[in-house]
Amino acid sequence: MRPLTEEESTAVFQKLANYIGKNVVHLVDRPDEQYCFRLHRDRVFYVSESAMRLATSVARPNLVSLGTCFGKFSKSGKFKLHITALDYIAQYAKYKVWVKPNGEMPFLYGNHVLKAHLGRITEDTPEHQGVVVYSMSDVPLGFGVTARSTIDTRKLDPTAILVFHQADVGEYLRDEETLF
Amino acid sequence: MDEDADDLDDEFEPFDLPTAEQRKAGTIENPQEVYSRMRACAMVLSNFKKYAQEGRARSEYIEQIIADIANYYGYNEFLTEKLFHIFPVAEAIEFFEANEVPRPVTIRTNTLRTRRRDLAQALINRGVNLEPIGKWTNVGLQVFESSVPIGATPEYLAGHYMLQAASSFLPVIALSPQPNERILDMASAPGGKTTYISALLQNTGLVFANDANKARTKSLTANVHRLGCKNVVVCNYDGREFPKVMGGFDRVLLDAPCSGTGVISKDASVKSERDFTLLSHLQKQLILCAIDSVDSHSKTGGIVVYSTCSVTVDENEAVVDYALRKRPNVKLLPTGLEFGKEGFTRYRGKVFNEKVSLTRRFYPHVHNMDGFFVAKFKVMPRTKGQEKAMEKEEERKKGKGKGGEDADMDEGNDEVKFDDEADKDIIVDGLRKAKKAKGYRVFPKKTEEQPSKSPSKETTEKS
Repeated sequence: MRPLTEEESTAVFQKLANYIGKNVVHLVDRPDEQYCFRLHRDRVFYVSESAMRLATSVARPNLVSLGTCFGKFSKSGKFKLHITALDYIAQYAKYKVWVKPNGEMPFLYGNHVLKAHLGRITEDTPEHQGVVVYSMSDVPLGFGVTARSTIDTRKLDPTAILVFHQADVGEYLRDEETLF
Repeated sequence: MDEDADDLDDEFEPFDLPTAEQRKAGTIENPQEVYSRMRACAMVLSNFKKYAQEGRARSEYIEQIIADIANYYGYNEFLTEKLFHIFPVAEAIEFFEANEVPRPVTIRTNTLRTRRRDLAQALINRGVNLEPIGKWTNVGLQVFESSVPIGATPEYLAGHYMLQAASSFLPVIALSPQPNERILDMASAPGGKTTYISALLQNTGLVFANDANKARTKSLTANVHRLGCKNVVVCNYDGREFPKVMGGFDRVLLDAPCSGTGVISKDASVKSERDFTLLSHLQKQLILCAIDSVDSHSKTGGIVVYSTCSVTVDENEAVVDYALRKRPNVKLLPTGLEFGKEGFTRYRGKVFNEKVSLTRRFYPHVHNMDGFFVAKFKVMPRTKGQEKAMEKEEERKKGKGKGGEDADMDEGNDEVKFDDEADKDIIVDGLRKAKKAKGYRVFPKKTEEQPSKSPSKETTEKS
């Protein structure tokens, strides 16, 4: 477990900013408690300072997880956000997409969001923007990247892909082995 | 017996008890026959004077019924005997019968994400038939039938609930974690209890979730993240290393690895042989580690909860009694659970501490949940109280050596006067030995005259 290097921090924050924009500062400046990012076995954890201090007494091979896992660095140094970060991303999300009940299950099986399944979308969402996907009852289901801007979606046919799938909560079941 | 049986109780049909030789011959029998003989044996044993065949001993009937139960339900004889003696005869059959029936599916609302009413509504809309479990919990729901897989609904994946047996709510309710505490869950996978603790803490404080099995920590981590528990540190240690890794916890939950005799309906592999002595040895080690990991000066806590999903006495009461004997600064508290049966204070010749009756047992045939055991300890600072308890134990031991029935001797001790003056040397020596056995540093014998601290204190108090 160690703090992130400068390069790693930029990689993580760039990725986060894709979804929550300037709200990234809220993750670092919290009114309640000091929180920090820590790297442990290629994974990035977001954890309160006090919990982190206590967790230092756990030896490296025995520590499995602390606080919330945000994602992992690939061997080539790229950062990939995991579904476990959804809590924080959903909290500060700038652009949102709601899917209809009949689109919930297809998305949770790892498919892209089609136009037919689209319930609502934040106004003036640009193209290739990170968005959080919600069910109609406002339960966050995952996140992805828009394929078209909000204006362009109107002309599309119903089978066109609107949001590229990146992570969904179904991964807790599908990828339990590789996620942690 | 025949005439007695006929006019007094028409339900009872007379039967021939096979002799030991006949039983050994081991002809393959019709299960129906075995069942009816088992029932008849139970009847005889419930009123032996009235129903027993002349010239046959009670032990013969017991042997027969144990053999029949083992045969009919597919247990090994060793385990059958162990379980059989926990209950009265009729209840024992009920217990074995209940183990063949699955327990109801129950789920726990994750209060970090939703409320029970909202969750129930959402699931009913998906075609799930459910109802609250009972008055004792405000987060549990019992699922009667469901048209969708209950472990893969969007609500489940979004962490609104956890599939969790009703019995595993109990130790956490007994632990009653308070916000901002530091809590250790020594054997936590797959995280049902850990996430419940975290939810009761409302994501404040810190939960250390430990599990000895690395593979199982994956599902533990997945559940912790899915349910949105942000105050959890997951680690992978053998539980026995614990006060060394970290101590000073406000509360410790030890849901000890056990034989699983309470969850036979879930996992029938328990029916075949298991090493019970090894397990209870491990449990005894773990419970001492759990007690030592607690901060006895904690203002809000200082609580250890010990639980198993087993019903055998040597994994439960015996372990609790062992902990009480080994750690004099520990006492049992009422578990705070409204139901459940009292723990045994004496069992087949073993006599446990009287306070063991404060522990609670849960049975499949009585409470319709898995067989379970919960004990709640309070850990106090090691002070004079501990010394007194040590002396008490010493007296108890002496009583055992003289009279045999030690529990009764405790009260009798007041009348029988010891000549403390004459026994002074022996007393001091005994205390030294007891301390040494517990791992305290003991001063060598010669220093008795010098004003060394603890032994001299003892002698002055005594005289």
